[in-house]
Amino acid sequence: MKYSAGSVWENKDKYDIAVVGAGHAGCEAALAAARLGFKTIMFTVSVDSIAMMPCNPNIGGTSKGHLVREIDALGGEMGKVIDRTFIQSKMLNRSKGPAVHSLRAQADKSDYNRAMRQVLEGQENLDIRQMEITDILTEDGHVTGVQAYSGAIYRCRAIVLCTGTYLKARCIYGDVSTYTGPNGLQSANHLTDSLKALGIRMYRFKTGTPARIDRNSIDFTKMEEQKGDERVVPFSFTTDPEKVQIDQVSCWLTYTNEKTHEIIRANLDRSPLFSGAIEGTGPRYCPSIEDKVVKFPDKDRHQVFIEPEGIHTNEMYVGGMSSSLPEDVQYAMYRSVPGLEHAKIVRNAYAIEYDCIDARQLKSTLEFKNIEGLFSGGQFNGSSGYEEAAAQGLLAGINAARKLQGKEGIVIDRSQGYIGVLIDDLVTKESHEPYRMMTSRAEYRLLLRQDNADIRLTPLGHEIGLIDDERYKRLLKKEKMIEEEINRVSHVNVGTSDKVQKLLESCGSTPLNSGTTLAELIRRPELSYEKLAEIDEKRPELPLDVIEQVDINIKYDGYIKRQMRQVEQFKKMESRKIPNNIDYDKIESLRIEARQKLKEIRPLSIGQASRISGVSPADVSVLLVYLKQ
Amino acid sequence: MKKETIAAISTGMSNSGIGIVRISGDEAFEVADRVYRGKHKLSQCGTHTIQYGYIWDNKEVIDQVLVMVMKAPHTFTGEDTIEIDCHGGTFVVRRVLEAVLKNGARPAEPGEFTKRAFLNGKMDLSQAEAVIDVITSQNDYALKSSISQLKGSLKNRINDIRKRIIYHTAYIESALDDPEHISLEGYADQLRKDALSITDEIGHLIDSADDGRIMKEGIQTVIIGKPNAGKSSLLNVLTGYDRAIVTDIEGTTRDVLEEQISLHGLNLNIIDTAGIRETDDIIERMGVDKAEQYAENADLLICVVDASRQLDENDDRILQFTFHKKSIILLNKTDLEMAVNVEEIVNKLITLWKTRENSINSGKMPEIPVIMISAKEEKGIREFEDKVKELFLHGDISFNDEVFITNARQKSDLKDAMDSMKKVLKSIDDGMPEDFYSIDLMDAYEALGRITGEAVGEDLINEIFSRFCMGK
Repeated sequence: MKYSAGSVWENKDKYDIAVVGAGHAGCEAALAAARLGFKTIMFTVSVDSIAMMPCNPNIGGTSKGHLVREIDALGGEMGKVIDRTFIQSKMLNRSKGPAVHSLRAQADKSDYNRAMRQVLEGQENLDIRQMEITDILTEDGHVTGVQAYSGAIYRCRAIVLCTGTYLKARCIYGDVSTYTGPNGLQSANHLTDSLKALGIRMYRFKTGTPARIDRNSIDFTKMEEQKGDERVVPFSFTTDPEKVQIDQVSCWLTYTNEKTHEIIRANLDRSPLFSGAIEGTGPRYCPSIEDKVVKFPDKDRHQVFIEPEGIHTNEMYVGGMSSSLPEDVQYAMYRSVPGLEHAKIVRNAYAIEYDCIDARQLKSTLEFKNIEGLFSGGQFNGSSGYEEAAAQGLLAGINAARKLQGKEGIVIDRSQGYIGVLIDDLVTKESHEPYRMMTSRAEYRLLLRQDNADIRLTPLGHEIGLIDDERYKRLLKKEKMIEEEINRVSHVNVGTSDKVQKLLESCGSTPLNSGTTLAELIRRPELSYEKLAEIDEKRPELPLDVIEQVDINIKYDGYIKRQMRQVEQFKKMESRKIPNNIDYDKIESLRIEARQKLKEIRPLSIGQASRISGVSPADVSVLLVYLKQ
Repeated sequence: MKKETIAAISTGMSNSGIGIVRISGDEAFEVADRVYRGKHKLSQCGTHTIQYGYIWDNKEVIDQVLVMVMKAPHTFTGEDTIEIDCHGGTFVVRRVLEAVLKNGARPAEPGEFTKRAFLNGKMDLSQAEAVIDVITSQNDYALKSSISQLKGSLKNRINDIRKRIIYHTAYIESALDDPEHISLEGYADQLRKDALSITDEIGHLIDSADDGRIMKEGIQTVIIGKPNAGKSSLLNVLTGYDRAIVTDIEGTTRDVLEEQISLHGLNLNIIDTAGIRETDDIIERMGVDKAEQYAENADLLICVVDASRQLDENDDRILQFTFHKKSIILLNKTDLEMAVNVEEIVNKLITLWKTRENSINSGKMPEIPVIMISAKEEKGIREFEDKVKELFLHGDISFNDEVFITNARQKSDLKDAMDSMKKVLKSIDDGMPEDFYSIDLMDAYEALGRITGEAVGEDLINEIFSRFCMGK
């Protein structure tokens, strides 16, 4: 039933903040807003799909693991929930440097969304409402409420949009297309028009997911087993490491082959991607199998990971083979893979198209530049991935709350965290595809490690009000222990005794000619803090996380200092603020393209200006010269 | 922000009689219209047309001219531009400029047109620098090198190196981001090989920086020798007229004399020094000190030995300088009866090499050419000139297609890139994990990008996606 004009019903519950969407961004946004003391309502088209994982059954991975750690360090929820619901966990890149170690956990999908829903339901100040939002209500450029499909109005003072992939969503495989959100859920077809009416520029992006196959139809003997780590590291800094040492399930590795590729090539004309039926732009980092075959014709095989969707289901996710080919081709293609000869498809692969925004319309606080009180996060902002979404949702929720508190918004800069890199990239750089976090996007990644996310961000989380005093004090204590221990080993002298030389020899390290310090020995690549325990008699008993920090900080001291100097340079450029009222039309030597981009994005600093695509170093020098005058 | 209108004579001042006065800026047309009389007002003429008319100063016609009218943005500077082609000789060109300056333009600073072109996005940094080099270059080789830089050969060379660096970085990064798909097993060895070759190449460009400077500024050449060995006579022969005081009294040249000569298109800035010998005379002593100082900073040392006298310890001292520099030993006064020959000098050098200080690290002695000349009879001079050319224009430099770095900024960026590549090699040798390599690789990439004026932007991400098959 729609209320007719003049008889619109208004909800009288007086909410402060409305969160539209209950995916990974929406959950974090709603929790942050409610925890900061604001009456919050979270809208979703389906309460059953709260915190749903419609694609891969895992949380974390390279650089995404960093994001989860940072979310946790700031007081977000994702890390805690996955620690309770994972079924396998791995620290990736262990053989490489500490900066690129990344945690990835296979989730039990249904456990995960149930656990997250429980947290939301138990949260004070937070109401959950199943309802499609169709309109954003504004007055004089600031938001006043949302209107639902029923016509009902919910007044609020700030809004966080986290609509994910639901806006005008369309799922496609072959020539079949349905106007639904992921997993056949109801899409949200009306909000886009309201946003466009507010002057918001929209993009159409695309992504995809592979098939889910019945475990009973898979021959695992033809695949390589992939086990979890023997010792699991939790995501959350608050999780007791002993509690995550569980019995883990396995994933399986198999490969495509020439036959698979032939099937795909022979049917390319039936793919909506190549026939033009899909207009959205897809991500380069998770290409469909048909994309891979076309783009990398020299590769005679591609890896396929078979991952369980949970403990209570037989569905297995076929990682590496997302597709939008027709149903019959999917059967043929999957069944050409060793171990999948008799595969029974439970859900087929599909591509999904959806509306999202050009995030350059946002400030670094994730508030719309032109609409006060309107914030947004997640895939709606043109990103991809659960972790990217959650990170933005958290910040958007925090900043919506701070807006109402009359406080300045929180902006994490590129030297403070991956979250900072993510948001800065989104609001500054032009993007033609869903944005995925990558370690290579972080310039200062030696400093932005997953192991020190708490040291980097928990003080900020405490200041914001999402970290309690007890946790903050624990952090301060940890920092003190680290500092004292680094200081101690830097002053412990090591002689050339037999014991020392023997230990060095057993580690394949050159014996000492003369005395040195323990710290110097830790710097040797083949040695570590722990390996030197024998010759460090006065070593205090320390927690593992403290030892880890001592080891990394000493070992990579030179590199870390170098990056810190680069950060100083970076901060200098960031601190060169560009006045709000600057008139780029008056700077005549700017190239037209640069002028347009600068006018559009209105960067806060010279640093941000220099990262805008289309603004050249020459333009930046022109800008600097102009500002000096 | 208004762009002031600037003007200058944009051709070098020569006696050819033709010269161009260039005016650039927002009011270029207005300024020009104040001094020009022709069929149409210049501000009303179409862009990129040539107009014929007269330049007036008050009530006086100065010259009959062709005027090129060019509207922004398709001009050298990217601004409204007028070029007045004058025919009345140097004096007249100057008067035209004066008239223009009286009517609203201000004199352009050296390189200002180029600077504006750069600021207006008309050229990248290395091109802008090359233009300034063209303007100030003093000889043919320097000019050629500037022109080839302008055409982008420097850019091409650097871009080639950058491409290799970004490939490796992208490979490492894609493996870090997708460790389950892309392996780095055994990659360090492969990278090591390529990093060495990249380092070599950058080193080569840095070396060319010195060649570039030498071409632009000339070879700092210092003549040393005992008093009365014939240094000043040599200088006089080379320059073609008496500049240094030449007498038979030892120690006549108490200070240093500097002269520029052009040799096969190379500029030699020749410094004649006081003779080097042990002396108690305070003034002469100062001259000797200075001579030694110059010798330290020279690009080329010409060591003159008097063939008519036996070698003594003063010669020893002088000959030792030749070990550290590009040097040529001239055995002068071969017109007189010879008391010393080439072989003796070579033997002397070998003895000196073996007994020199720090001889623990003795390597191979550098090959130092010894040429017999007679400054008085002007014999052996041609041989000497050829040898200079050979030393500085050695086989591996050919002036047509080689790139020369001629500018201090570029050189320092190259050095930064080189340092970063060395750090990559060190990280490999120290057995550091692979993610550390890419940090320094990116630094090198960035430093090289500064030379061509290119920002890093999304280069790495794009390379990763276009080269390597990633992800789920």
